Amino acid sequence: MFGLLGEIWQTAQRNKLRTSLTGFAVAWGIFMLIVLLGAGNGLINAQEANNDRYIDNSMMIFGGMTSKPYEGLKEGRSITLDDNDLTVTQTRFQQNIDQAGAIIMESGVSVTYGENYVSSSLRGVYPMFSNINKVKLSAGRFINDMDIRDRRKVLVLPENQARELYPRAPRSLIGKTVKVGEMAFTVVGIEQEDKSRMSSDVTVPFTTLQTIYNLGNRVGRIVFSFHGLESEKENEAFEARYRATINRQHSAAPDDEDAIWIWNRFTQALQMSKGMNIIRIALWIIGLFTLLSGIVGVSNIMLITVRERTHEFGIRKAIGASPFVILRIIITESIIVTGFFGYIGMLLGIGANFYMDATLGSKPIETGLFTTTLFVNPTVGLGTCLGVTFVLIVAGTVAGLIPALKAARIRPIEALRAE
Amino acid sequence: MASPVTPSARYNTMIHLHGIHKTYFGAQPLHVLKGIDLDIAEGELVSIMGASGSGKSTLLNILGILDDYDEGEYSLAGTLIKDLSETRAAEYRNRLIGFIFQSFNLIGFKTAVENVELPLFYQGVSRKKRHQMAMEELAKMGLTDWAEHYPNEMSGGQRQRVAIARALVTRPKIILADEPTGALDSKTGVEVMELLKRLNREEGITMVIVTHDPNVAAQTNRIIRIKDGVIEE
Repeated sequence: MFGLLGEIWQTAQRNKLRTSLTGFAVAWGIFMLIVLLGAGNGLINAQEANNDRYIDNSMMIFGGMTSKPYEGLKEGRSITLDDNDLTVTQTRFQQNIDQAGAIIMESGVSVTYGENYVSSSLRGVYPMFSNINKVKLSAGRFINDMDIRDRRKVLVLPENQARELYPRAPRSLIGKTVKVGEMAFTVVGIEQEDKSRMSSDVTVPFTTLQTIYNLGNRVGRIVFSFHGLESEKENEAFEARYRATINRQHSAAPDDEDAIWIWNRFTQALQMSKGMNIIRIALWIIGLFTLLSGIVGVSNIMLITVRERTHEFGIRKAIGASPFVILRIIITESIIVTGFFGYIGMLLGIGANFYMDATLGSKPIETGLFTTTLFVNPTVGLGTCLGVTFVLIVAGTVAGLIPALKAARIRPIEALRAE
Repeated sequence: MASPVTPSARYNTMIHLHGIHKTYFGAQPLHVLKGIDLDIAEGELVSIMGASGSGKSTLLNILGILDDYDEGEYSLAGTLIKDLSETRAAEYRNRLIGFIFQSFNLIGFKTAVENVELPLFYQGVSRKKRHQMAMEELAKMGLTDWAEHYPNEMSGGQRQRVAIARALVTRPKIILADEPTGALDSKTGVEVMELLKRLNREEGITMVIVTHDPNVAAQTNRIIRIKDGVIEE
């Protein structure tokens, strides 16, 4: 093997310019592949970071409008979720549902502290809301069970609103009384700002909001976290079961898909990861096609090489080189040229990825309403590098195959005559 | 079977040709060899002479397993050479035959010693061993100081001696030489012939030399004349 490598080094030395020009095409192809995959990973990572704000295994249920007549009732009735639905959710699905609660919104309220006020909206929630939406507090506590039971007039302020109300020391608002409309509430916590979200609401106990605004038994949306549903199929089956149960509560057809809306974050995440895989595959295909032109270039050069070396191969065959030996020389040369320049391309591509990471990757984009990061860690992993290595070996073999077969078929007499 | 009329008759038959026919099928089929019968014994020094187009090169190619034949039988050192795969043919060429060409046919980007090592490389001889064997062979040719030189740094005579070293390094059964002095000046040509004769005499290597030079042919034990595809006795 060492002898073979030495031979290839000797021949590569003779055609430096030609070899480098061909190699450039391969390096470019791999460079593009790595940059594309890196950028793709950046987008995917950014997306995943966004999804990280919720726990995956949760569902949110909204009231909808029936689309089928059922039990003598016409279609087109709007369904409002109520306390019964929440109770059913909490009691009948204990096999899968961990914690269930509800969220109800009331917008257009003003919160006042001394001279300052902000317009905001209220969000009545259960304590479990903080788990599902991963609420982070910068001070104080979140709504607790006691607040719910006693319908306490307590609230959690978003940090930016706390700053509006008491710019000097927003955190010292905890324990102070603020006015929501005409009612006095005690501030118990301050929620960390999440700049990737457009609006922020003031959080109050669900029961307090229901009572104050005379909402009767309306619950807005139901949310719950679940376990034991691993596949898309299991999720669908569960959703169908759940839908039928709730629909029956409202005299809607059990299979009416519009009576209530189910937003399943788990299946959404599953679909998202499927979509991400498609993006990844598409990027590979684009990259590989870019590489293809490089491979054709190498193949072409190898053909010229074989033609130039016809006489030499003739001599080699005359003194005992088998067709396989000749084939091996050309294919190895092709793999080494492809591999060498491919790795140069790969290193440059990785360099470009790091550059992207240092520039785009750390620069959040300000949209005015919220901020987001387009790329998060736009780099490729070791797996991709190994994959690319494999691709290079295959590419080199493919590029060298036709020239190598041509070389292996050289008949020594004709080759010896060639000079 | 015609018995050789040479002093080496006591040796075994090295080359046995019987009824060899060869036709090139081109635009016009060319019947080049029309039934060649020939026996060469071990240790013989034979020359093949003939005008261009007589078929002597074709005969040499068949002897060298560089080309195949249509009809007849060719045995080399007791092995029937017929319908061989390319790989097999390469192996036999490597082990049984040493080639010497008019234009030397050394590989230009390899040094003298690397050129001599090459046949051993195809035999799978280790790097160290083949280098040592090649250096020994070059020493016999008086080229030890030239081992690391490239062919284009050497004279014609030196190049041909490198080629001879390369032909001998595998200890072949026969040496096939195609106009070995054709590209050399007369003085160098004489030296190369002396070398080949000495190798035949001292090491008993069977040699077949194709030439159109009567002076070269005259130095061999036996002259085989070819005309229009048959051997003239």
